[in-house]
Amino acid sequence: MLMPVPDKAVMEGRDAFVAGLRVLIDDGLIEDPAELSAYSCDGLTAYQQLPLAVVLPRTVEEVSRILRYCHERDVKVVARGSGTSLSGGALPLADGIVMAMGRFNRILEIDYDDRVAVVQPGVTNLAISNAVAHRDFYYAPDPSSQIACSIGGNVAENAGGVHCLKYGMTSNNLLGLEMVLIDGTVVRLGGRGLDTPGYDLLGVVCGSEGMLGVVTEVTVRILPRPQVQRALLLGFATVEAAGNCVASIIGEGIIPAALEIMDRPAIHAAEDFVHAGYPLDVEALMIAELDGTPEEVDHLIAEVEAIALAAGASYAKASTSEAERVLFWTGRKAAFPAVGRISPDYYCVDGTIPRRTLGEVLNRITEIGGRHGLKVANVFHAGDGNLHPMVLYDSNIPGQLEAAEAVGAQILETCVEVGGVLSGEHGVGIEKRDLMHRQFGPADLEQQTRLKCAFDEKNLLNPGKVFPELCRCAEMGKIHVHRGALRFPELPRF
Amino acid sequence: MTNILAPENSSQLVDAVRSARADGTTLEVIAGGTRRGYGRPVDADAVLDVSGLTGVIDYDPAELVLTARPGTPMREIASLLASRGQHLAFEPTDQAPLWGGAGGAGTLGGALSVGLGGPRRPMAGGARDHFLGFEAVNGFGHLFSAGGKVIKNVTGYDLPKLAAGALGTLCVLSEVTVKVLPAPADVATLALEGLDDAVALRALAMALGSPAAVSGAVHLPYGADGLGDGPLTLLRLEGVPVSVAGRAASLQTLLTEVAPRARLIGGEESRRLWRDVGDLHPLQGSAEDVIWRVSLAPSAGAAFVAALPEGLGGRHFYDWGGGLVWLFLPAAEDGHAAAVRTTLAGVSRDGHATLFRAAEAVRRAQPVFQPLEPGLAALSDRVKERFDPDRILNPGRFYGKV
Repeated sequence: MLMPVPDKAVMEGRDAFVAGLRVLIDDGLIEDPAELSAYSCDGLTAYQQLPLAVVLPRTVEEVSRILRYCHERDVKVVARGSGTSLSGGALPLADGIVMAMGRFNRILEIDYDDRVAVVQPGVTNLAISNAVAHRDFYYAPDPSSQIACSIGGNVAENAGGVHCLKYGMTSNNLLGLEMVLIDGTVVRLGGRGLDTPGYDLLGVVCGSEGMLGVVTEVTVRILPRPQVQRALLLGFATVEAAGNCVASIIGEGIIPAALEIMDRPAIHAAEDFVHAGYPLDVEALMIAELDGTPEEVDHLIAEVEAIALAAGASYAKASTSEAERVLFWTGRKAAFPAVGRISPDYYCVDGTIPRRTLGEVLNRITEIGGRHGLKVANVFHAGDGNLHPMVLYDSNIPGQLEAAEAVGAQILETCVEVGGVLSGEHGVGIEKRDLMHRQFGPADLEQQTRLKCAFDEKNLLNPGKVFPELCRCAEMGKIHVHRGALRFPELPRF
Repeated sequence: MTNILAPENSSQLVDAVRSARADGTTLEVIAGGTRRGYGRPVDADAVLDVSGLTGVIDYDPAELVLTARPGTPMREIASLLASRGQHLAFEPTDQAPLWGGAGGAGTLGGALSVGLGGPRRPMAGGARDHFLGFEAVNGFGHLFSAGGKVIKNVTGYDLPKLAAGALGTLCVLSEVTVKVLPAPADVATLALEGLDDAVALRALAMALGSPAAVSGAVHLPYGADGLGDGPLTLLRLEGVPVSVAGRAASLQTLLTEVAPRARLIGGEESRRLWRDVGDLHPLQGSAEDVIWRVSLAPSAGAAFVAALPEGLGGRHFYDWGGGLVWLFLPAAEDGHAAAVRTTLAGVSRDGHATLFRAAEAVRRAQPVFQPLEPGLAALSDRVKERFDPDRILNPGRFYGKV
C-alpha cells in the first residue's frame, strides 16, 4: 500500500511546528514516539505509521485553532474517533498530525419531546442507547463494534449494523452536526428539524471518511424501542435456497428488523465458540428478527416460517423468550472472534451485491480462495445484500497476508462485476482505495474529488484515503475542459 | 422567445450542456415543469427540458431498487410499483395544483430534485434517504455516475444526498436509482377531535414517543375535507391488519386523557386523507395566498405559530409531529417574510422558513430559502462552483449565485 510521499518541508520543520502546537493546546499534545505508537493504526492493523504528533482537543475553539494553524502551515490532519475502522480510515500520515476526539466524550442533551440526542463525537455508539434505555428509547444503527466505536467515527464512515434493513444507516438517523472546516471555520449543518435549507451538506459529510471536516457535535434521532423482538433460526441445504428465501420474504411484503445468513464454516466456528444451539447439518443458517407489537410479531414469525419451509428450509426454530433470542444472536455476533479461534488470522471483507447473485458470488468466493490456497467463511447481512467474507490465513506463513489481500480484492472486484459496490459499511479508507477504479470511471472520481476541493482545497484532511489520485484543486474548475477531455490520466498515481 | 433544448438520450444531454457552456448560455432545467414556481425565479437564456428522458430501466422488486430515467412520470412509477405491492416510502407529494398546474404531471427526477418528503418523513425518511444512485451531466458537460444500485453502499461520497433537493443547480440527472419498499397491507387513522394546537402537539409527541410505530402525525386546526372544520389531530398506523388494529387501540388508551374524543378512520378514507395532507388540500385557500413552509424542532411548532404577529390573518397546519408548519397567508408585498423569519428566529435556533409559493415579484425581492450563515453560504457557493463553474444550471434558483 503506497501512501503519498511525505512533504519534505513539513518533516524538516517538525520541531518548530510542534512547538507552535504546544502553545495552542497545553495538556493535550503527544509527541513522544513511544506514546505516539498507540495511535499508529486503527482496526486495519496490517498498516502502521507514526504521525508527526497527536492532539487531544477538548473544545471546538481548540479544534478550530489547531486546524487553522495546520492549514496555514500546510500540515495534514487525520481525525480519529475510537480507532476501530476496518478500512484504515484513521491510519496516520508521516507528515500529518492525528486529531483524536476522545475527550469530546459528553452527552450534551437528550430531548424526548423532539426525540433527539445531542452528543459529542467521542461518545460511543452504545452509550447513546444506554443513556436513553430507561425511557425505552434507543439509537438504531448498531455496528458490531458499538461498545467501542464513537459516534463521530460512525458519522465519518456512515456506519451500519444488522438492523439497517429496517432502520437505516447512520445517515438516515443523523439530524445535525457542528463541524470545523480545515481553515478553522465552524459550521452547523441541520439541527433538530428533519431537513436543512440549501444543499444537503449533512448528507454528504456523513460517510466522507474524515476528508471534509472535523465533527465536534452530533445530533441523532432516538427511537422508541419496539415492544417485542423475536428471532427465527432457519437452516437450508444450500446457500442459494437461503438467498431465494430472502427474496420470497421481501416479495411477501415483509421487511424484517434483521435478516442474516451464515455459511457452513461460519456456523461451525460460531457454534464451537459460543454454543448458540445452531444446527450443524445445514449449509446456510438464516437469522430473521421481527419486531413490533406482540400480536404483530407472532403473526410475522409464523408467516416467515411458512415462507421458509416452502422455500425448502430443513430447520426452523423461533425464539420463545428474550434469553433465547439473545442466545440466537450470540453466535452471529461472535462470528468474527469465532473465526479468529479457528485461524491464526483472518481478513474481513465488506462489499454489497444484488441479492439475486448470492449463490453465484459465494461459489466464486470459494473458487477465488481455493486458487490462493485459502479458506473463506461468510457472514452476510442478507436483507440488504451486504457480504462479509472472512479470509482465513496465517501471517507467520510468508506470502499468506498478500494472498489474503489478493483474495479480498478479487472478491470485491466480483461484487462490482455483478452490479454491487466495494463497501457496504466499512468504508474505503486505504483498504479499497486502489479498487475505486473498478467501481467508478475517471469522470465519476473527478467529480468526487472536486467536491473534496470545495471543502479542503489544499487537500490536508485525510489525504491518501478513498481516492487513488489526489485532486489538483487549483487546476480544477478554472481550466475550460475542451469537449470533456479528462486531465486525470496525467495525474500522478501513488 | 426562449430557446428549448429537448434531449432524448444522455449523449444529446451532454451535447446540450457542452454547447451551452461553450456559448455561455444559461439553462433552466425542467422535466414535468410542475414546480417552476418553487424557488427563486430563474432568468436563463434557454430551457433544458429533460422530459424526453423517460422509461424504467431496471426493476427487480425483491432487490428493493428501481432504476429509471428522470423524466419518467411519477404516476407511471407509482402504478408499476403498485402492481408489485411496492411504493416509494418517502411519499412524494403532488403539489403542482398549488402553482396552477394539473395534478399527476410530476416526474421522478423532479420529485428527487425538489427533494420534499411527505407525511411519512419522520419515520421513513425523505427523498434523500431513498435516492441511491444516479448518472448526470455536470456544468462542465461531463457525464458522471455516483452512488450505486444496491440499497447499502458507503463507497465514495454520498452524492445522491447532495443532488436530492439541489433543484437542478449542480447537475442534470439522466438516470436515477431509488430504493423501493413493500407498501403496507393495511392503514388506519386515529383521529382526535377538538384539541388546541399545544395539546394536539403534545398528543403527537406522546404517540411518536410510544412503540406504536406511528407513520403520520399531523394536526389540522381547521379540519379536513369531509371531516368537518373543527380541529383534527391525525395519527396514521400502517402494517399488517392484526397489528394496525392492535396499535390503534393501545394508542387510543395512551392518549385518552389528553384527547378524550377519538375515532378510527379506515383503509380507503385514510389513504385519501393522507394524500390530501401531503398535497396541502386542508388549506386550499385563495390562489393569491402566499405559502410558507417552516421546518423546525417539533416541540417548537406550536410556540412558533402562537408567536406570529396578530392580524396576519392566515391559516396553518402542522405535519411531522409539529416539525413542519404550513402557513397560508394573504398576499403581501414582502410575502410576510419579515414577520415569519423574525418570529422563527425567536423560537428556534436551527429552524428554517421557505417562501414556498408567492408571486414572482415577491420571490425576486425576498430570499425564498432561509439565508445561510456566512461560513455555510461560502461553502455552498464553493460546492456549486465545483459542479457548475460557469453557473449555467438553474442560476440563482436557491440563492443569489447558487
